Amino acid sequence: MSLNNAMLEKYRNNFLQEVAGNVEQGDWVKMCMQCGVCAGSCPLGDAWEHSPQKIFMMIRANRREQVLSSDSMWMCTSCYHCVVRCPRGLPIPHIMHGLASYAKRLGLAPKSNPTLWFAEVFWNNMLKKGRVNELKLGLSLYFKDGFASGIKQAMAHQKLGINMLKAKRMAPMDMFAGHAIKDIFGLHKMIRKAQEIEAAKLEANSK
Amino acid sequence: MAKFEYSYYPGCSSQTGASSSNLMRSVDTMCEELDLKLNPIPDWNCCSASIGYGSGNVLPRLSLSARNIALSEQHNPNQDIVATCAACWLSTRETAERLHQDENMFKDVNTALAEARLTLTNKTPIRHMAEVLIEDVGYESLARGVKKPLQGIRIAGYVGCQTNRPFGIAGESFENPLYLDKLVESLGGDSVPTYEKKVQCCGGALAFSEPEKSQAMIHGIIEAAYDNGADMIVTPCPLCQTNVEIYQDVINAKFGSKFEMPVVYYSQLISVAYGRNSKDAALDGQLIRAKKLESFAG
Ligand code: SF4
Ligand code: SF4
Repeated sequence: MSLNNAMLEKYRNNFLQEVAGNVEQGDWVKMCMQCGVCAGSCPLGDAWEHSPQKIFMMIRANRREQVLSSDSMWMCTSCYHCVVRCPRGLPIPHIMHGLASYAKRLGLAPKSNPTLWFAEVFWNNMLKKGRVNELKLGLSLYFKDGFASGIKQAMAHQKLGINMLKAKRMAPMDMFAGHAIKDIFGLHKMIRKAQEIEAAKLEANSK
Repeated sequence: MAKFEYSYYPGCSSQTGASSSNLMRSVDTMCEELDLKLNPIPDWNCCSASIGYGSGNVLPRLSLSARNIALSEQHNPNQDIVATCAACWLSTRETAERLHQDENMFKDVNTALAEARLTLTNKTPIRHMAEVLIEDVGYESLARGVKKPLQGIRIAGYVGCQTNRPFGIAGESFENPLYLDKLVESLGGDSVPTYEKKVQCCGGALAFSEPEKSQAMIHGIIEAAYDNGADMIVTPCPLCQTNVEIYQDVINAKFGSKFEMPVVYYSQLISVAYGRNSKDAALDGQLIRAKKLESFAG
């Protein structure tokens, strides 16, 4: 059985409980008093189909599909405006991040969302050498929608690239070398272990 | 012996040849002048910033910062960790606090760290360079060392998000932090306390994935600086600096504006005010040259 189905089966009609048990800082959701301060604080507010306030309400109303397949949580910039204003002290961005990555794990996240895509490219880029390779990261951004569009993008940003080169804030040799940590082997082993522990917990929770 | 000593890591964007290498260069100069010694954390890794959640979930993501803290405890014992990057500071401090609150998570992180032959005791204070300047050095002693007061430069203090929230600087408000203004005044410059976009989000990592939405916010940040008669913007955050500086051409084309607003780091202001030249202050790393500041730097 897929993890999604197992979770569905286990929690049946209690999405609030599912979130509390499986989503980063999810046990805070029940503390929300629906004041709307977070909704009014969000810098990308207009881009959110459902504000954090609404998401918390939908969780309580068991709108599982609708929440997890939403691209709203992927709009969180981690600006922490809401956190310092929320009268109940909810760690809102962490819950948004938690919902987003939980949805991704269950295979319900919107696959074409650009931030989901970027998060993955960033993570893989960073993990490869233990440090970000900005040059390759930038190029993956340009070539996101295929080769032709990538060339167009790169041409459009040519001036920016040249200026960054001149200011020594971009290094062409990073295409081949770039910054790396020494104990990359240890780092990878550590990450694998952490992933294993996390996956095992989720698996156990779904039973 | 230096006056103060810290354990430190610059973060990916501040390494040689990276987008904020001018931050690192000017921080080095500033620390020379202020007699602060930064001891690098050997073999530090990326913290995965605020976008790490998407693929890193919780434990793998926290392990990244935990590794840095563990390395610091091992190689630079009894030294506070100091970060200059807002995202590094936030990730590291958030990790330390989460692991204080959650004993199981702390155990799990140590199980993961053991694979890299490391252990975390998690007793190290995690601080931002701005805290070092304000709390350890202090405005008054900072002002005492000024050789070239930045007289007549109007500098809008753009604090941004993550240097300000959720942790912030002790004694400052989240909605209207004043420390950059006080810093500018200490250096003899003119602060712009009415700058209303000082805590506006620039989009952070979403400047890459949602450029349209972010650029609209960046437009507002720059426009407000012009409205307030600022000559330049100063910021403590590498991503704020990059986002607000480098897309001005793109924004001009889109919004029909004529922006050419320099965006510098506090460390560059301090380096120049302490008599160092443009190169030491890394002013050659600007895309939009800070000419008024250069005229002081010689
Ligand atoms: S600010 Fe806090 S309490 Fe108010 S709606 Fe948002 S999460 Fe709920
Ligand atoms: S941290 Fe995220 S949810 Fe909170 S105000 Fe900022 S963008 Fe919105």
